[in-house]
Amino acid sequence: MSQRIPIIKIGENLIVTFISDIDDLTALRLQKELTEKIHEENRSGMNVSGVLIDLTILDIVDSFLGRLISNIAQSATTMNANTVVVGIRPAIAITLVELGLELKGAYTALNVEHGIEILNDLKA
Amino acid sequence: MKNQKLYEKHTIGIEIDIVKVRQIVREISKKMRFDIVAQTKVVTAASELTRNVLEYAGKGEIIIEEINDSHKRGLKITVIDKGLGIPDINLAMEDGFSSGKGLGKGLSGTKKLMDKFYIQSEVGKGTEVVIVKWVV
Amino acid sequence: MSGLEKVEELLRNKEKDILESWIKAQLENISTMRRDLISNTDLRAESINFLREFTIAIKLGVTDDVTGPEYDKIREFLINISRSRALLGFTPSETATFVFSLKESILPYIQEEYKGDVDELLRVINGVSNLLDKLGLLSFEEYSKGREEVIKEQIESLIELSLPVMKLWDDILAVPIIGVLDSKRAKIITENLLNMIVEFGAKYAIIDITGVPMIDSQVANHLFKTIQAVRLLGADAVITGIRPDVAQTLVELGIDLGEVVTSAVLAGGLEHVFKKLGYTIEIKR
Repeated sequence: MSQRIPIIKIGENLIVTFISDIDDLTALRLQKELTEKIHEENRSGMNVSGVLIDLTILDIVDSFLGRLISNIAQSATTMNANTVVVGIRPAIAITLVELGLELKGAYTALNVEHGIEILNDLKA
Repeated sequence: MKNQKLYEKHTIGIEIDIVKVRQIVREISKKMRFDIVAQTKVVTAASELTRNVLEYAGKGEIIIEEINDSHKRGLKITVIDKGLGIPDINLAMEDGFSSGKGLGKGLSGTKKLMDKFYIQSEVGKGTEVVIVKWVV
Repeated sequence: MSGLEKVEELLRNKEKDILESWIKAQLENISTMRRDLISNTDLRAESINFLREFTIAIKLGVTDDVTGPEYDKIREFLINISRSRALLGFTPSETATFVFSLKESILPYIQEEYKGDVDELLRVINGVSNLLDKLGLLSFEEYSKGREEVIKEQIESLIELSLPVMKLWDDILAVPIIGVLDSKRAKIITENLLNMIVEFGAKYAIIDITGVPMIDSQVANHLFKTIQAVRLLGADAVITGIRPDVAQTLVELGIDLGEVVTSAVLAGGLEHVFKKLGYTIEIKR
């Protein structure tokens, strides 16, 4: 059960696209990899100003992933990068609200296109 | 229709993991014709409970069954483990939003998502949580 | 429960006769007004199918329990007929008649077949009667279930009609809520709104509550949750139509709408959203 969520750099943004449901361990690994990557890129002068997390494929986001995303957003903020989460399905949005989970520190958008727009606007 | 009522039992932690639990519960709730929001809530609840088992006991059992009550049809999920047990259930049930990993988030959230929520736990013996959602 | 396997043979041999007698009985029972609800061809087809399924089932010899797997096919068949007849407008009795009249058509042939052996005759008659009674009752039950579902669906569509989500402009949806906002309606509104945000890629929703008679903390809670969900989809919502008495109530209840933008009239909400989207309105003189 070794899964990896790919992280791609496009311009000044890191794009994280979920390609399947993941377990807690994989999620933690993702968080670590992501924050390390932002740090590395910044250090080598390549600058990361935005992180986009694409959840389109997920049909469930529970409290663990919700909190993890908040943590990612907060770490990114300390490294001067904005985070936008895209592709949350209506049923998931309703459930997250019911759970009282806010994705604190992260912006949200309907899809990748809107998400990049937001990151670019924020950068300006 | 089928005379056999749905009943599935799995071992969490050995036979299946949390991702598999979500898939199984999703399939079943779809089959039982829950609407998409109800499905998502049930799967999320099952995920929360499964996590607790994995974190505090390493392994446990999940039983998924269809139940009936007068004119209602519902899905009942029982999650059992022989783990550490919860010393103070009321405390564990309190909303702990910013408290990181604590049990609180999983349980209180689960209760909000379901129609019925029942928990029994004893330190050193284990924990049993039963949740029910009715098909509307 | 043997002895009934022979009945299967009887049914096969006399199929044509039984069928004709049965169809005749059904047509007599269905009042002439109903003839237009189901064509003779359909009736015939349904009858043939049922008789054949019944023949197969009776071979299995189980006559006291129609809930087992031996009767899966027949049950499904009856459920379909009952539901479709309910939709067509048949009464439950008329639907159950389908099964009960078969009994009357078969019995004479059974009597003829087992003429010499009274014990056997009684046993067979009981078995077959029992079976058909249970199946007849089943179709009656399924009829009512079918009706309940139809009613439920009608209620749902009524509710949906009274909760329209409309596209007001590019990127802007309007949700005028009329009537009491209870949790059931709130759920439907939220789902519709979110789905439409996805469908149109809308960025703003204007939720107008002019038509909501009573706003208490529960209603306010529903509205909050809806807005939070909207935000998770990258959109935002404003609430308009807050009447003076509603504003008063909210203050009295200590409900703070906080970050949610509100306006007394829909126009105000629209203006706000236009501004956010960077639109200006010019009057051409």
